[in-house]
Amino acid sequence: MAEQSRPPEDSSQSLSQDPPQSPEVASGAPEGPGRRRVLGYLLAAPTLAVGARLGLDAAGAQSAEAAVPSPPQPGDLFDLGDMQNLAAAPTAGLISVRVHSDGTASFAVPRAEVGQGMTTAVAMMIAEEMDLPLEKVRVTLADARPDLLMNQLTGGSNSMRSIYLPVRTAAAVARQRLVSTAAERWGVPASELTTRDGVITYGSAQGDGGGPVKSATYGSLATAAASARTVTAAAVLKSPSEFTVLGTPRNRVDALDSVTGRKKFGLDLQVPDAKPTMVRRPPTINGTVVAVRNADAVRKMPGITDVAAIKHGVAVRGETFGQCIDALRALDVRWGPGTVDTESDATVLAKLRKAALPLAVPPLLSKKIDAEFTFAFASNSPLEPENAIADVRSDRAEIWASLKVPIVAQKEIADRLGLPQGSVTVHVVEGGGSFGRHLFHDVAAEAAEISQKMGKPVKLSWSRTDNFRQGRTHPMSVSRVRATYALGNVLSYEQRHTSSQTDFGHGLGEMITSTAAKLPVAGNLSFAETIFALTQSSPYNFGVTTQLLNEVPLEFNTGSMRNIYSPNVACARELIVDRLAERMGRDPVAFRREFLKDKRLRAVLDTAVEEGRWGRSLPAGVAQGIGLHAEYRGAVASLVEIDCRPETVDRKVRDGVTGPRVTKALMVVDAGFAINPRGLEAQMMGGLNDALALALTSSLHIKDGIPLEGSWDHYFYTRQWNTPPELRVVVMPGADDKPAGAGELGVAPAFAAIACAYARATGTLPTSFPINHGTLGFDPLPLEPSTPQSPTDGLDRAY
Amino acid sequence: MSKTSHTFKLNGEQITVEAEDDVRLLWVLRDLLGVTGPKYGCGLGVCQACTSHINGKAFNPCSVPVSKIEPGDEITTIEGLPATVGKDLHPMQEAWLELDVAQCGYCQPGQIMAAVAKVRQAAAAGREIGDADLDEIRNICRCGTYTRIREAIKAGAKGM
Repeated sequence: MAEQSRPPEDSSQSLSQDPPQSPEVASGAPEGPGRRRVLGYLLAAPTLAVGARLGLDAAGAQSAEAAVPSPPQPGDLFDLGDMQNLAAAPTAGLISVRVHSDGTASFAVPRAEVGQGMTTAVAMMIAEEMDLPLEKVRVTLADARPDLLMNQLTGGSNSMRSIYLPVRTAAAVARQRLVSTAAERWGVPASELTTRDGVITYGSAQGDGGGPVKSATYGSLATAAASARTVTAAAVLKSPSEFTVLGTPRNRVDALDSVTGRKKFGLDLQVPDAKPTMVRRPPTINGTVVAVRNADAVRKMPGITDVAAIKHGVAVRGETFGQCIDALRALDVRWGPGTVDTESDATVLAKLRKAALPLAVPPLLSKKIDAEFTFAFASNSPLEPENAIADVRSDRAEIWASLKVPIVAQKEIADRLGLPQGSVTVHVVEGGGSFGRHLFHDVAAEAAEISQKMGKPVKLSWSRTDNFRQGRTHPMSVSRVRATYALGNVLSYEQRHTSSQTDFGHGLGEMITSTAAKLPVAGNLSFAETIFALTQSSPYNFGVTTQLLNEVPLEFNTGSMRNIYSPNVACARELIVDRLAERMGRDPVAFRREFLKDKRLRAVLDTAVEEGRWGRSLPAGVAQGIGLHAEYRGAVASLVEIDCRPETVDRKVRDGVTGPRVTKALMVVDAGFAINPRGLEAQMMGGLNDALALALTSSLHIKDGIPLEGSWDHYFYTRQWNTPPELRVVVMPGADDKPAGAGELGVAPAFAAIACAYARATGTLPTSFPINHGTLGFDPLPLEPSTPQSPTDGLDRAY
Repeated sequence: MSKTSHTFKLNGEQITVEAEDDVRLLWVLRDLLGVTGPKYGCGLGVCQACTSHINGKAFNPCSVPVSKIEPGDEITTIEGLPATVGKDLHPMQEAWLELDVAQCGYCQPGQIMAAVAKVRQAAAAGREIGDADLDEIRNICRCGTYTRIREAIKAGAKGM
């Protein structure tokens, strides 16, 4: 087709001007009830490219809940996601949808994909607003983009909430621009064109008295629709009633690559000369190198090319990772002390108890329940071992890693290497899980340090044992609760949560600093206290309610783990709710219904009670439990049945933990507008399995400055013999037309439900989690060498 | 130790590779041959992310020195699984897609290879795959998509 003259700019204006007052609106997209006019930018590019501001309409996204009898806690008014949105609003750069001549649209999303299904949801948003088949949308992960300032953080279950509108805006403007280009070409009114499956059509095939039928694919218009300079352009978003993609269950866009082994993770990338590299690590957390006694001998081992001492270990580089393991084991290193050498579970617990803030309400003329719950250290390590590729040269560096805060990584790595930020390219690689781990870029920084010292590209992998012993832990915490009650009412609910310090050094901090003054939070709260206040709120009308945090500054390598405080806080809270109900002679469900503030929680509770057959008859030793939690503007009820009978608890599995088994689980979720119900269901399933681990089986045992766990047969994450044979997820038709956060939402209510079921089945109140933490169920691997040798008897176990 | 030649059948093709005898097969596949479907998750024969087949049986290449592989041995990784049934996708992969099992995807090649072997094992014992068989599967899925894995194995078994 001949080159077309570019359409006149009556539907778009130069950036230097004010936004158009009444721009031309695309056909089939009249503004009306439920429809919303939005502004994007046509970007100067060879084929059509449309930008939208990230953070658009983000602040003030949702209003506060209606007034409630208990004074609202900060988290009721303004939650963590709102704060992230607010921080994003004034600083946001542009994100852009590009349309290509082959008829596809592409989008580099400034977020990390670590299994949560974000790329699929984003592709659905673009397909919806463009009227383009889902398979014609390609979503990749953007490199670190400093122009986005702090707006490239994947965390707090915030991705859907923060990009839903901007991505749809860009896609809608792209469609509008394609339509107006076709209208111009054909000399017909844009309002008479329709779009479907990536094709624009004028006239009806049935013949309605109009002229001849014309049609053009998006691909054929991609060049003509391009803009020579950046101008604003308007479009109208679809109303939810018009959706045919969003809100319908869709499979993941990367599913085929996953099942064929074609999906590429960091360790699968082939970067020239980036040879396998591993590190011999110290016998305590954050230990340092004093001397390496045999570097020359190790350098001569088969396959080994380099040996270099780094801050927290000695790196070896070779032809295969197996030879790196041989070499790091052969190193003779003298170690300096670490940062927590004198700490063990018991010393940390004693410090937490000592630091707990006082409970203030005196039980005058009322009865009280006092309880203390302990939650052990836990590992947030994904299945994919930590890894990063680094190619550091004298004047530049290139990094490949799964990073949720890549801008901060880029800045700090540049500083450490002594390079300008702009000379460090950071590629965000798809991650084999994250659970909070990839908020930190310590592994990418370590790869950069090694590459700089060796003067060669490296493909660094931590060993599995490194991940458990030197990786990030979710800190140990103690939650004290006091509730007072009289005459059928709960008069007060106090919770004092005391945690070993949670590291928020990944950059969320900067957002807090910049927005703290705007927060409706009284007092001079610290970082962690601010996060706690923004994420925690009791959903019950329990009179005087206070939930406070104190943290003990111990130098463990900590971080969040599929949520920050909520699973532990909610578990303690729901156990106490059950106890209150029992003391007051009430059924736990009826009691919750009466005291709940939030009608959405009441709705998910009612559905769970019905679908899960609450109160059904079960044999002795088997019991139901229910847990509720609202966060990220979503609400979940979890109902589980746990079997604590001896024949179940005492099942034997080689090198595995059995114990009580949850045999049935139900998750009822209201996540606002469910963009992809199938993906939401997957997140609830994952949350339930994480909750099983937290409640029953998985923890780190700290002894003399290091965890004893060294393999997945020590750190007992949920396995097939622990998972419920029956799990159902019910997705409620959300009343809200905006998506809530869902990635972490399921963990807390499920943890609480499992704990409550266990309490009921055994007739005891569990006060230490996971329940098996008191018994060490394995023989710890030696601390030195830091990585064990791989077995040689694999063929004996073939099946 | 010096390099020696090792020859075996890999995904239907007879190959020869130079490596020291004690290098585990996983590293021969991944680092020397560029076959990256089998994943490194622990190197201890625990997580099962590298699960592949030797002569049709599931095993962990991370726990087998390459010298133990005989010239007549047939190694199948996820990349070679469809060809064992002469199709673009194995029925187990089809079931996996149908039920949208994968989340991050890292454990999935190993899960699928384990699933195929587990179904064959049950069939050899003259029964359909059931919950007791599924409970024996040791593969870690840290995203926790265990329920869909169970459903997909039962569905995939019907097509095998």
